[in-house]
Amino acid sequence: MSKHIQFESMLSLTGSNADDRYVHRPSEAGAVALALYAALGGAVAAPALADERLKKGIAQAAASLKASGSASVVVSGSNDANVQLVVNAINQLLGAYGNSINWGATLNTRQGDDAAMVQLVNEMNEGKIGALLIHGVNPAYDYFEAKKFESGLAKVAVSVSFNDREDETSVRCKFQIADHHFLESWGDAEPKSGYLSFIQPTISPLFKTRAFQTSLLKWSGENTSYGEYFKQYWLTKFGSQAAWDKALQDGVVETPAAAAAGSYNSAALAGAVAAIAAAKPGTGKEVVVYTKIALGSGKEANNPWLQEMPDPITKATWDNYAIISFATAKDLGIAVDDNYEVEVAKPVIKLKVGQQEMTLPVLVIPGMHKDVVAVALGYGRSEKTGKAAAGVGQNAYPLVGFNGQSFTYSVAGASVEGTKETFKLAYTQTHNQYEGRDEVVREFSLKEFKANPTALKDERHKLVEDYAPTTGDYRAEGTLYPNHPYPGAKWGMSIDLNSCIGCGACTVACTAENNVAVVGKSEVLRAHEMHWLRIDRYFATYRDDSGNDNLDDLNVVFMPMLCQHCDNAPCENVCPVNATNHSSEGLNQMTYNRCIGTRYCANNCPYKVRRFNWADYMGADSFPDNQRGKLDDSVMMMNDDLTRMVLNPDVTVRSRGVIEKCSFCVQRLQEGKLKAKKENRPLETGADGKWDIKTACQQACPTNAIVFGNVNDKNSPVSKIRNEEQTNRLFYSLEQIHVLPSVSYLAKIRNTDRHVGVAEAAHHEEAGAEHKEEKKAEAAH
Amino acid sequence: MSVTKYESQLREPLVNGDKTYGQVTQDIVNTIEAKPTRLWYIGFYVSVALLMFGVYSVYREVTYGIGQWNVNRTIGWGWDITNFVWWVGIGHAGTLISAILLLFRQGWRTGVNRAAEAMTIFAVMCAGQFPIFHMGRVWMAFFTLPYPNTRGPLWPNFNSPLLWDVFAISTYFTVSLLFWYSGLLPDLATVRDRAKTKLRKHLYGVASFGWSGSTKHWQRHESLSLVLAGLSTPLVLSVHTIVSFDFATSVVPGWHTTIFPPYFVAGAIFSGFAMVQTLMLILRKVMNLQDYITLGHIEAMNKVIVLTGSIVGCAYLTELFMAWYSQVPFEQDIFFKYRIAGPYGWSYWLMMTCNVISPQLFWFRKLRRNVLFTFIMSIVVNIGMWFERFVIIVSSLYRDYLPSSWSIYYRPTIWEVGFYLGTFGLFFTCFFLFSKYFPVIAIAEIKYVLKTTGESYKNDMSTLENKEVDEFVHEMHDHHEEGAVKVVHH
Repeated sequence: MSKHIQFESMLSLTGSNADDRYVHRPSEAGAVALALYAALGGAVAAPALADERLKKGIAQAAASLKASGSASVVVSGSNDANVQLVVNAINQLLGAYGNSINWGATLNTRQGDDAAMVQLVNEMNEGKIGALLIHGVNPAYDYFEAKKFESGLAKVAVSVSFNDREDETSVRCKFQIADHHFLESWGDAEPKSGYLSFIQPTISPLFKTRAFQTSLLKWSGENTSYGEYFKQYWLTKFGSQAAWDKALQDGVVETPAAAAAGSYNSAALAGAVAAIAAAKPGTGKEVVVYTKIALGSGKEANNPWLQEMPDPITKATWDNYAIISFATAKDLGIAVDDNYEVEVAKPVIKLKVGQQEMTLPVLVIPGMHKDVVAVALGYGRSEKTGKAAAGVGQNAYPLVGFNGQSFTYSVAGASVEGTKETFKLAYTQTHNQYEGRDEVVREFSLKEFKANPTALKDERHKLVEDYAPTTGDYRAEGTLYPNHPYPGAKWGMSIDLNSCIGCGACTVACTAENNVAVVGKSEVLRAHEMHWLRIDRYFATYRDDSGNDNLDDLNVVFMPMLCQHCDNAPCENVCPVNATNHSSEGLNQMTYNRCIGTRYCANNCPYKVRRFNWADYMGADSFPDNQRGKLDDSVMMMNDDLTRMVLNPDVTVRSRGVIEKCSFCVQRLQEGKLKAKKENRPLETGADGKWDIKTACQQACPTNAIVFGNVNDKNSPVSKIRNEEQTNRLFYSLEQIHVLPSVSYLAKIRNTDRHVGVAEAAHHEEAGAEHKEEKKAEAAH
Repeated sequence: MSVTKYESQLREPLVNGDKTYGQVTQDIVNTIEAKPTRLWYIGFYVSVALLMFGVYSVYREVTYGIGQWNVNRTIGWGWDITNFVWWVGIGHAGTLISAILLLFRQGWRTGVNRAAEAMTIFAVMCAGQFPIFHMGRVWMAFFTLPYPNTRGPLWPNFNSPLLWDVFAISTYFTVSLLFWYSGLLPDLATVRDRAKTKLRKHLYGVASFGWSGSTKHWQRHESLSLVLAGLSTPLVLSVHTIVSFDFATSVVPGWHTTIFPPYFVAGAIFSGFAMVQTLMLILRKVMNLQDYITLGHIEAMNKVIVLTGSIVGCAYLTELFMAWYSQVPFEQDIFFKYRIAGPYGWSYWLMMTCNVISPQLFWFRKLRRNVLFTFIMSIVVNIGMWFERFVIIVSSLYRDYLPSSWSIYYRPTIWEVGFYLGTFGLFFTCFFLFSKYFPVIAIAEIKYVLKTTGESYKNDMSTLENKEVDEFVHEMHDHHEEGAVKVVHH
C-alpha cells in the first residue's frame, strides 16, 4: 500500500487524505524541504526547526523515503523557486527521475510568468503599452495590485476584452468583443505533453458573439471563421477526413512521449539552499491565501452550483472566512462548544496584514498550524459579475505578495483581533466527529487491519447470530415483514472510502444531472439545502481533553452519503399515501405527484438524505408569484429562461411541498435498459468493462470510488467487490438497524502505525509484508 | 320529599347554597339571556384577533411553502406536530370526564362535564389544523382518505401511523361531538322554553331537535349517553395511543420506545385536566358559578393531576432507565447527552420541573383547595406538557444517527408561532361563543344530583346521619325494598 506524508500549514484536501500529516509555518516551507534533504543525506546543514513534532515528522519521512527509494516522489505546492529547487534535489537523491518521474510527460498548465505580468503592469502605468488584448483573464479582479492594473489600463490607448461575460476587467476596456462560451467553441489543447485534446461546440451560439480567434484571423486579413480554419489545420495534420473524424469523436489523441529525455541540473541548488538558510522564520500570525476546491480562482464565481457546493473541509457554502486553529480561537476568547456548533452566527475577527485589513467571520478547523490564518481567494466579485457572485465573500487577492520573482501566497507578521460582531455562515455540517459511532463509518490503520482483517466480517456474523439464529439469513429473519425477491436486476452501489478523496465532484454532477435546486445562502443557513448526494466529513479525534488541537490523532474521513435505497426502508412504511415505495429492482422510489409533504419519511430516514422542497425553488409550481422576493437572487437566476436551459429534460422538476432524494439516476437506468432491449441483449453493468449504465456520481468520480451496477449479475464489478474482492473491508452503514441498504461501503485504511478509528488498538506484531511507499511532502503555498 | 339516593354528609356537597331547580336554571341560563359583559367582549375580540393572525400565518405557509417555517432537513417536524400532540392531549380530559366518570358514576363530573366536553371538541379542532397544514401540499390532503378512485384504485398506506391518525382523530372528533351535543339537548330545550324573542325560540327550537322532556325522551337520552360513553371510553385510551405510534413505530432514537402509549395517555389526561382547571377557574369567576363549580370539584381534578403527573414522571424515569439498560449507544446518547444536556437541555429540565416536580405540591390539601395556586399550576402543567412534546420531537430529531446531519439550532419563525397563536384564537373564539350561547353547565345533570348532593339537601340528611347504625341499616334496607327513602323536608 502506498504511503502519503504531508507537510502543510492548513488542512488542505490533499493533506486530509494523507496517512501522516505534519504542520509548519508557511515561512518554514523551505526549511522543511531543506531539513528533509539533509536528513536524506544531502550535503547541506539542516536548518534549525523549533517544533519537535515537525522534526519527528521529517525524520519519519526521511526513513520512509530511504526505504522506498526511487519508487517514491516528493512534490511541493510552493510558488517559491528555491523550495522547488531543493525538492528537485531530493528527488534526484532518491533516484526518482526516470523512475517515478517521467521527463517526457510534462504538465503544460499554469505556465504564467508572475514577473512578466508585474513588468507589464509597470509598463502600462509608464504609458509604454499601446494596445492590450485580454482573453480569459481578469486582472482587475485577481491581480494582487488590482488598482495599479486599472490605472495602467486607463493609460493604454487600445484595450480590447474578449471575455465571454462582463467582469471587472472587461468593463474597464475600451472595446468588448465577447467570445463564445466554451460550450459554443472550437478549440484544442495539450494539457499534458503527448495528449492532444479537442474541443467542439455542443450548442449553437446563443448570443451574437464571435470567436476570439475569428477576430484575430479577421484582423490579420484572413477572412475565414475559426471553425473552418481549425478544421483545415487539423485535416492537413491528420492527412485524412477519417483520421480527423476519429480524433474529434474520441476527443483526444494520445501519443505519449518516450520516458527519460531529460537530466537533472544541480547548478542553482547552492543558491537556493543559501537563500532558504538565510530566510528568517516568520513571526506573529501567518496568513495563507488558498483556492477552494469548488471555486478555485473565482473565475466561475457566478456558477451557483459551485457556490453552493460545501467546501470539502469546512463544509461551508457561499462565503469565504478566516480559518483558525483551536489555539488561536482560545486566544481570541472564542469558545468552540455546543453553542458554537449549532449557531450559524460566527464570531468576526479583524485580520491585519501590513497595510491591509480585513474583517472576516471565523471557522475553527482542526489540523491548522496554531499560528496560521487561512483565507480563500475567489470571492468578493463585483456586483456586475452576476446574481450568484455578487456580494458573496470578500476579495483576498490584495493579500497576495510578490517577492520580485513570483507571487507569494502567504504573509507573515499578521495579527488578529476579536470583535463583538457576528456573521452568519451557511454550512451544511455542524458536527465534526462521528462520536465513536463506528456503525456509521469504519476506518482502520493498515497495521490494525492486518492484525485483524476479518473484524468487519465478524461483526456481521455476530448480527446473524443475534438476529437470525435459526436460518442464518439476517435479511429475511430480522424482520416481521415478508422478504421481497428481486428476480430481474437489483441495483446496488459500492463506495470505497479509501479511494474517495472528498472532492465533491459527485455532488455537483448529481446537482447537474438531477435538476437539484440551488437554494442560496439564506436557505442553506436554515439547513434547507437540497443536495441529493453529500460528502460527510468526519474528524475522528481532533482536540485533546483541554480543547487544544490534537494533531497526532487527526484523521479525516470522507463518506459520500446518498439515499441508501434500503430494502427494508423506514421511509416507505410511514408515508400515509404510498408516495415512496420500493421497485422490484430494489429502488426506493419517490412519486412526486402523490407526495403530500408530511416529511414523516425524512424524519424516519436514519441517513437524513431526504430533501423537502421548502419553497418553489425550481419555479415548477402552479402558483406563479411564489418566488417573488422570498428567495435569494441566485435561486431566481436559476429560473430565468436562459439558465433554465441547464435543466436535464429527462428529469422531472419538483414542485414545492414534495420530498425528493437520490433516485440512483433512474432516468439513466431506464435509458440503459431500453438500449439493451433494442439491441436485444442482456444489460451490461460493468462486467468486462462494458457499461450501459453509470450514475452521474460514478461518472464524475475522479478516483472511481463509486461503483454502481446490478448485484444480481455475478460478473458486475459491484457484485465482485462485495462478494469476492473486498469482503474484508465491506460494511453497510447502520447495518444493525436492519434497514438493508443497497449502498455498501469499503472501510478506509490508513497506512500508518498510529491508532485510527474508535476500536481499541490491537496489539499485534506488525505484519512483515513490505510495501511500496509513495511519499509526498507538500509544503503549503 | 323523597330523594333517589342517600349520600353521606362526609362527602362534601357538589352544589353550594340553598338551590331549587328553578334557581339552578336561572343561574346557568342567565348568561345566555343577558347581554354579555365587557370582559366577555374584550376576551372575544382578542381571540378573534389571534385567530385572524393565525389565518394569515397559515395563508403565508400555504402560499409560499413550509419554508415559511424554520423546520429543516433534520428537524422535519417542530412546532407544528408539537402543537398537534399538545392539543390532542388537552382534549382527553373532556372525554375522560364525560365518559369514564359517567360509567364510574362519579357525581362530581356534572359540574364540569359540559365545558370540558366543549373544550375537547375545540381542542381537537385546533389539533387537527396542524397535521393538515403541516403538509407541503395541503390541497392534496384528501389523498389520505380511502375513497374509490380512478388511479388504480390507489389506496392510502395502511401501514402508516399517520394514516391511523387520520382515522383516530376523525373518529374522536365525531364521537365527542355527538356526545356533547346529545347531552345539550335537554338544556337547549330549557333555553327554548324560556325564550322571550321569536328568533331565539326558533333557533333553540331547531337546535334542541324537538325535545319535549317526555319520559321516553329521557329514557332514550340516558341510553344514548351510556352507548356513547361506552364508545368514548376506549377512545380515551386509543387516540393518544395512536398518536404515540407516530413516534413509537419509527426508527428514530428517542421515539422508538414501547412505553409511549401509556405514557402519552397519562400525559394527555394530565394536560387535559390542567386545561379544564384553567378554563373552569375563569368561568366560575366570570360567570359567577362558584356554587356549581366548587372547591370540591377543583380538588377532585387536582387529585387526578397529581396522579397522572406522577405516572408521567415515572414514565420519564423509565425512559432514562431503559435507555441505559438497552445498551443501545444511540439511545443512550440521545437521552443522556443531548436531552438532559446539550443545546436543548433547558427544555428537558423545564419539562421535568413543570410536569414532575411542581404537581407534587398537590399532595397538600390546602394547596389543592387554593384557587390561585391551582390556576398557576394549571398553566405550569400545560407549559410543561407542551415542552414534553417539544422535547420528544425536536430533541430526538436534532441529533439522530448520523452526526453529519445534526441540526443547527431550531427556532420557530413568526409564522410558526403565529399558527400556534391562531389555534389559541380558534379555541377561545369557540369557547367564548359557547359560553355565550350554550349552557356551560349541564343543567339537567345538576338537577339530577342536586337533591342528594346539594348543600342544603345534605344538611337535611342529619336525621339519617344521626341514626344508630342498626336503625340506619334497617332504613336503608327498607329504602331498597320500597325504592325510596322518606325524609321530611322542613
